[in-house]
Amino acid sequence: MKLAVVVQRYGLAIHGGTELHSRYIAEHLVQHAEVEVLTTCASDDRTWANAYKSGSETINRVAVRRFRVSKSRNAAASARLADRVLHQTHSLNDELNWIEAEGPVSRSLLRHLRRRGDSYDFCLFFDYRYCHSLYGAHAVPSRAILVPRAERDDVIGARVFRDVFRGARAILYNSPEERSLIQAVAGNPQVPGVIVGAGADVPQNPQPARFRQKHNIRGPFAICIGPIDDRHGGAELVELFQQYTTQPSARLSLVLVGDGPLKISAHPKVKHVGVLDEGEKFDALAAADVLLVPSRYESLSRTTLEAWALGKPVLANARSAVSSGQILRSNGGLCYRTGEEFTAMLQAIEQNRWLSSTLGKDGRQYFRDHYDWRVIERKYHDLLRQLQQGSATTAMEPIPGWSARRRRDLPPAADVVRSAS
Amino acid sequence: MADFTVRSDSVNVEQIMEQIRARIREKRGVDYTEAEIRDLAAVRLETFIDPDKLRSGLLREFHRVRAEGDAPEALDSVIDESVLFETHRGWLRALRKLLRPILKLFLNTKALAALSAQSKAALARKSRDQITFEVIHNMVVEMTRLGIEVKNLSMRVESMQSRLEFNERRARALESAVVYKPSDPEPAAPSPRPPAYESRPPAEFRPRQDPRQDSRQDSRQDSRQEPRQEPRQDSQLSSGAAQPSGGAPAPGGSDGQRRRRRRRRGRRGGGQPWPQNSQSQNPPGQPPAPAGESMPPQQQDEHVGEGPDDGPDASDSGGSDNDPDPQ
Repeated sequence: MKLAVVVQRYGLAIHGGTELHSRYIAEHLVQHAEVEVLTTCASDDRTWANAYKSGSETINRVAVRRFRVSKSRNAAASARLADRVLHQTHSLNDELNWIEAEGPVSRSLLRHLRRRGDSYDFCLFFDYRYCHSLYGAHAVPSRAILVPRAERDDVIGARVFRDVFRGARAILYNSPEERSLIQAVAGNPQVPGVIVGAGADVPQNPQPARFRQKHNIRGPFAICIGPIDDRHGGAELVELFQQYTTQPSARLSLVLVGDGPLKISAHPKVKHVGVLDEGEKFDALAAADVLLVPSRYESLSRTTLEAWALGKPVLANARSAVSSGQILRSNGGLCYRTGEEFTAMLQAIEQNRWLSSTLGKDGRQYFRDHYDWRVIERKYHDLLRQLQQGSATTAMEPIPGWSARRRRDLPPAADVVRSAS
Repeated sequence: MADFTVRSDSVNVEQIMEQIRARIREKRGVDYTEAEIRDLAAVRLETFIDPDKLRSGLLREFHRVRAEGDAPEALDSVIDESVLFETHRGWLRALRKLLRPILKLFLNTKALAALSAQSKAALARKSRDQITFEVIHNMVVEMTRLGIEVKNLSMRVESMQSRLEFNERRARALESAVVYKPSDPEPAAPSPRPPAYESRPPAEFRPRQDPRQDSRQDSRQDSRQEPRQEPRQDSQLSSGAAQPSGGAPAPGGSDGQRRRRRRRRGRRGGGQPWPQNSQSQNPPGQPPAPAGESMPPQQQDEHVGEGPDDGPDASDSGGSDNDPDPQ
């Protein structure tokens, strides 16, 4: 079986959620099938500037073929079009222009898919919102397996994605919440789908003391791993944590791992250590008392799974349906809705060793039951085998023609999502 | 906030979160949402929240504005459109008057006048609304104040009621107890307990009697006898102890006296139930025998170590571990 993994960025130094997800999947599937990664030369997701050389290389036994980015991000146009698509009545052309403005557009990659798509049994498209997934799925509809990584935001209400969700050969969801959302917005229950997610490669012996020594961190601390920006709740988290530190019994510090545009104001109990490599990340997680997940837009939250793999409890934002669902299913953490709840729950985890360890233990069990690599690989294997034996039952609607695209009759995407939920 | 109950080994996070949320709701009093709290916090405190700034003529003002606001809507027939052409300059007024027919060709002056009247009415309504708001605000402030006052008063009533009940109980207890006022003042420091029980002779010194006797009569008799018993016994004990009798002792009494008192209290508080203490060993109607005559000296000596009122013993160097000391 020959598989193509199509993703916007790929590399050992790239730590985005989708990119890591695709890399781990490729590295595990390569043990059972021939896998080729089709990606761009970009490494920075803000500009999509070409940073890698185009051509083929091998990373961790996986063949990688890179294509040059022909159109990088146009931030101004993207913002203007996003506002129109999300909040105004618009045309399909507006949506297509917006997706292209977001980037990365790699015409050579799409050309490769059109010409050589038949050479792959299946193409796994990671992240539904980018050009490579939209146009790529239209290029090889009978082989397109979508890993959407959808979050409950307004983008998913855009009309242009509906056809992809309806016409893909299969969809690999990360969580039941994601499947419900996509089925509610796109109305695609007939498309074969399975909830898979991704595992985590946890090192055997993480070294918490090494992390503490390197970053001069003493005492108990909570950790937050991920982009530090408003979208991922960075500012809100810092504010909530500062409220928590006003409590007389508050002993925890906050360690922020990752980078982003947000400036962290100096605070004696908040420390920003920047981006860490995989080993250091697990050292940090092992040293932490609790993982904080402030983002309300999560499709899987790998760090949550990694924390559970290490037996650490999680305190997540309840406004993220996926995080809430995962926590309720696993009993591996708590979910806060307000600042008071954040403080109270953090104190509960901090002050009750028994609770903290039980949550971590339950989380670890949940991880082993559902996100162990053997479970993930078996799910992929079963689905691919099933698809290989059957034939395509769905057909993808082609992108409308010139005049139909310019008809300004599509409702705002935000309204679509609101009405679906 | 951290004290919630977990009933099983495997936690139910839903239950824990609900407990934490319930606790927060209790703490907060009302289940406001975060947004509502933010809105409430953002509300500007009005200047007239200060009671000193309350308008004394507020009610009059309110009536006046309401009367203005309740005025009938300006009808087309009543609208005076000439108000649109009014001015204090005479020449301009004349010019406008002259040109009015032409102006009226371009404008619907009646509509303009109606708009003007409506805006006046709206202004009046706004002002009335402001005053209504002020009145309601004052009422809320006053109600809050009254509510707090009522709460304070109810707490005071409760406090006074509990004090009254306590006093009643105390009075009943005192009535049931016999108050002894010694004719010959006891030189020792006054005991906090009623002296009637201290004056009782030890059980060994009392004459034997039928235990089936009516305890009521006993207690009455006991209360009558005891005042007469004590001075003698005390004098006997004090002589036996070779202590100065009749004279005032040193403040606080001697060590022996203190020990004796302690032992007496210990016996009473430590093991003697109330009915036994009140029992009299004398048969009813029989005058009590003097303490000194009730037992021969040998017998007294035999009970020196046991009786509660025995004199200071040289070997008694202090209370033992078994000697209960209620103080």
